[in-house]
Amino acid sequence: MLSKRMVLVAGPLGHLTLPGIALALLYGFNMSLGAAPFVFLGIISIWLLELRTKLPMESLTAVVFASGVAIAFLFLPIDQAEAALVGDITKINFLETSISVAVALSLSFIVKIIYPKMVLINISEDLAQSESINVKKYNLIYLFLIAIIVSLGVKVVGGLLTAALVAIPAASARNLSRNLSQYVFGSTIIGVISSFGGIFLFKLTGLPSGPLIILVSTTIFLGSLFFKK
Amino acid sequence: MEDDLILKVQDLTVELDHQLIIEQLSFTLKKGDTVSILGPNGAGKTVLLKCLLGLLPYKGEITWKKGIKISYVPQRLPFIKDTPLSVRDFFALKQDSSQEMQNIMHAVGFNEEFFARKVDKLSSGQFQRMLVAWSLMDKPQVLLFDEPTTGIDIGGEETIYNLLASLKEKWNLTMLLVTHDLNVVYQYSNHVICLNKQTVCAGPPREVLTPESLYKLYGGGMKYYQHKHR
Repeated sequence: MLSKRMVLVAGPLGHLTLPGIALALLYGFNMSLGAAPFVFLGIISIWLLELRTKLPMESLTAVVFASGVAIAFLFLPIDQAEAALVGDITKINFLETSISVAVALSLSFIVKIIYPKMVLINISEDLAQSESINVKKYNLIYLFLIAIIVSLGVKVVGGLLTAALVAIPAASARNLSRNLSQYVFGSTIIGVISSFGGIFLFKLTGLPSGPLIILVSTTIFLGSLFFKK
Repeated sequence: MEDDLILKVQDLTVELDHQLIIEQLSFTLKKGDTVSILGPNGAGKTVLLKCLLGLLPYKGEITWKKGIKISYVPQRLPFIKDTPLSVRDFFALKQDSSQEMQNIMHAVGFNEEFFARKVDKLSSGQFQRMLVAWSLMDKPQVLLFDEPTTGIDIGGEETIYNLLASLKEKWNLTMLLVTHDLNVVYQYSNHVICLNKQTVCAGPPREVLTPESLYKLYGGGMKYYQHKHR
């Protein structure tokens, strides 16, 4: 997650997944599959709204996430609420894991290709446009990638904490990095460490893994503040 | 288009958010010119640059010479602090580089030490020189420069002036400078356009920048004393 504006988008996207997850739980299919259409719908609406209106992101996101949560609780079975809200990675099976890994690897490949253009767009849309970069197209690609990531992330941390899953390791890495490569590798490694850490703590304590993962990444972030370069 | 003519602007009118920003502006840019766009804040100078780059909608005609390469040096990049970027990383983002980063960096006065430095650790003068170097990477013929002296201390101003002059000579650049700094106008431009929504004056600086026209431009009692230290 590169810039403040994009991070703000990820938060409500996470909340948007809730109606999808609710449906998935009700009808017994994979949470990520349920979440995905709603997230994509959200992405496209946000992209269109940004294009057509001058509404500030804050208003859009407030409307969007509140609606998502409200709709979800209209029909979410309350005893399954925990999985929906904070995820449960331990219930995953081998097939789901393989698919997630395959998707993640494909995404990494795509991100690698578009990365220089995306960084430039985030620094300055004017500079990017004067470099003949089609800013609208790349913003849309970027949003789609976030949508896929958020849908995948739903399984791990549920709907509410997806923003944290992607944003906090990046924030830690930003404090510790002196250049772009360090930032990219750092975010990835810190993300992985947080996940392993959270699951390890779950094995030790039996507490829900999703929140534990987030807490581990937050602790790392606090640590990174001390070593801020 | 004549061989010498790089840019022709005819009756440019720009309206943003229901406000008239530029009204019926016309001028030309010839090869080797250094044209200053002078005016107070809010006069539409940055908007003009953006229209010339095709970044904003406008009415009227803007015609660049075919095949001309234009580079843009913006006033500031507020979002650059969001991502940890070294100077080398920033240059790697340039889509089209027919120049080697090393040569360009030397041309603007940087040595290798700067390549690994984080962009947000540069002084404002160094940052601006880095932007100039970045803009030179694809061998442009025209440079659009937004406020070359903003945020630089007095010592740094001299360097930017000298840099502009040497760049012009070395690279045979045609330049369009947006500025509110009369020093830049007098010392470095052969032509000035005073802009305050409309063209208040246009022509060689010494002829055109009279107290009357400056009054019209800035709307207040204003006298200019030229520093005789060069």
